Amino acid sequence: MIWLGIDTANSPLSVAIVKDGELLIEESSMMKVNHSLRAMPAVEEVCRKTSISPSEIDAIAVSEGPGSYTGVRIGVTIAKTLAWTLGKPLYGVSSLKSLAMNGQLYNGLLCPLFDARRSNVYSAIYRMAGEELVSVMEDQHCALAELLEQLKEMKEPILFIGEDVKLHEQSIREQLGEQAKFASFAVNVPRASSVISLAMRAEQADSVHSFTPQYRRITEAEVNLVKKEPTNE
Amino acid sequence: MKKDHYILGIETSCDETAASVVKNGTEIVSSIVSSQIQQQKQFGGVVPEIASRLHVEQITLVIEEALREAEIVPKDLEAVAVTEGPGLVGALLIGVNAAKAFAFANQLPLIGVHHIAGHVYANQLMHPMEFPLLALIVSGGHTELVVMKSHGSFELIGETRDDAAGEAYDKVARVLGLPYPGGPQVDRLALESEQSIDFPRAWLEADSYDFSFSGLKSAVINYKHNIEQKGGQIDPQHVAAGFQQSVVDVLTVKTVKAAKQFDVKQVIAAGGVAANQGLRKSLTEALQKEGIPFYVPPIALCTDNAAMIAAAGYEMWKSGVRSDSTMNGRPGMPLKSWN
Ligand SMILES: Nc1ncnc2c1ncn2[C@@H]1O[C@H](COP(=O)(O)OP(=O)(O)O)[C@@H](O)[C@H]1O
Ligand SMILES: [Mg+2]
Repeated sequence: MIWLGIDTANSPLSVAIVKDGELLIEESSMMKVNHSLRAMPAVEEVCRKTSISPSEIDAIAVSEGPGSYTGVRIGVTIAKTLAWTLGKPLYGVSSLKSLAMNGQLYNGLLCPLFDARRSNVYSAIYRMAGEELVSVMEDQHCALAELLEQLKEMKEPILFIGEDVKLHEQSIREQLGEQAKFASFAVNVPRASSVISLAMRAEQADSVHSFTPQYRRITEAEVNLVKKEPTNE
Repeated sequence: MKKDHYILGIETSCDETAASVVKNGTEIVSSIVSSQIQQQKQFGGVVPEIASRLHVEQITLVIEEALREAEIVPKDLEAVAVTEGPGLVGALLIGVNAAKAFAFANQLPLIGVHHIAGHVYANQLMHPMEFPLLALIVSGGHTELVVMKSHGSFELIGETRDDAAGEAYDKVARVLGLPYPGGPQVDRLALESEQSIDFPRAWLEADSYDFSFSGLKSAVINYKHNIEQKGGQIDPQHVAAGFQQSVVDVLTVKTVKAAKQFDVKQVIAAGGVAANQGLRKSLTEALQKEGIPFYVPPIALCTDNAAMIAAAGYEMWKSGVRSDSTMNGRPGMPLKSWN
């Protein structure tokens, strides 16, 4: 069984191939290069380096967001198109959950986080329960201050994960003090192998045609539209 | 027996998700267009982020439908052609990445097509092109006069210095309180009208094939303002007719002049505004008088579609033009000759 995994949900890029439960290759880069330029070349490269032809791929796992709208769409479009035209199952995995996998050896709360500008973040809280990652707080778009308040009440050590954590490290430390834990940059790299490993545990595949990113946010145009419409009470 | 060549075309540059299979560059085997007009209408125009979101929802469905209707499987295809630019960047990226993934999965060559080259080649689906030819490209984002001496050779001889013709239509429609998209609405009102307001025509320098429509748009706004200040009300029909006459006049006169100067064998019109009834009639009559054949595709081929991308892609494929998987969406892509 050959899995292809893709994560382009934020500026890092990661692609991986897992064969019969073993990671064959994984290529990750934190460089801020346009995904549209490098995502498909990266997919082609991991296939070439492992001598796997596209038709040999048995399943596709993709990071479904949240994250950069454009970034998520590039990965999802590639994954959808490959799954559909190859006739193979597609699995969408939360970008936050797969990032949280980087903390799977940590005994405490895991808080993966992506910056969403204007003091907002995409974030969630997970913890390990046995060998499974379980959700403590759902993936959401929220104000950082709100998130920190919730975390404070949990009165447990929390490991923050993600390359955007450094943007907010000061406010996190101010709010949470010793409760907040930070690790080396190595844990901040999103890994397509984690996307695959979570997809392998999914109960069923997603429907390919109707698969869409999990933006976790409606567009500004829709927000404005709701504002304009008279409310019927 | 000569082998038939099938090209898959994909177009997502604005608010249409489209895919098509074209045979030998001239015959539409299938052409699927999923329009977002219904969803975008409530915003009064195309919201780029909404456009991108809807393209992701539709893209594989539309491609599948195009192949199914054509009764074609990927291995029957020669290449995948996709709109590389210009257009909305987030929208372009969906088509481009779907095309790259499809090409890789099926080991097919990939060809990035210029949207306007596509509009021009929509004509090849109706009549063989004969060179030299003059193309008048009029759409939401473009107003251009292009001379082609052979396939894939484009010489820009004139373009708009401000608003595109379709943009002017859409803006004037908004002034008249007409729903989006305004072009067809203004066209309809103009056709029904028995009178028209006299608005200025921007001829620019005597030897220029360039266009300008922003002055005309301002004239319409000022006219409405003046009447309303005096407590009166404009007649939208008369305004639409006057506006349309001004646009059509300038487009027709400059096109005929260029056709004669460059001694072309045919004139073709392309782009969304080429659907305009007033413009079609005026160009047909003026060019008939000069004895120059004039072709304009049916309306469904004037507005955005993927058959035109496949048609242009076929000529590029024949000329050996190929893109690779580093292709990006290019919102400001210039129209370049490939031959
Ligand atoms: N009958 C018509 N008369 C005038 N303008 C029209 C007509 N039909 C469509 N349009 C205009 O054509 C434009 C859309 O054409 P299209 O080729 O999709 O443009 P683009 O691809 O540059 O955005 C819009 O501005 C629309 O108002
Ligand atoms: Mg167009």
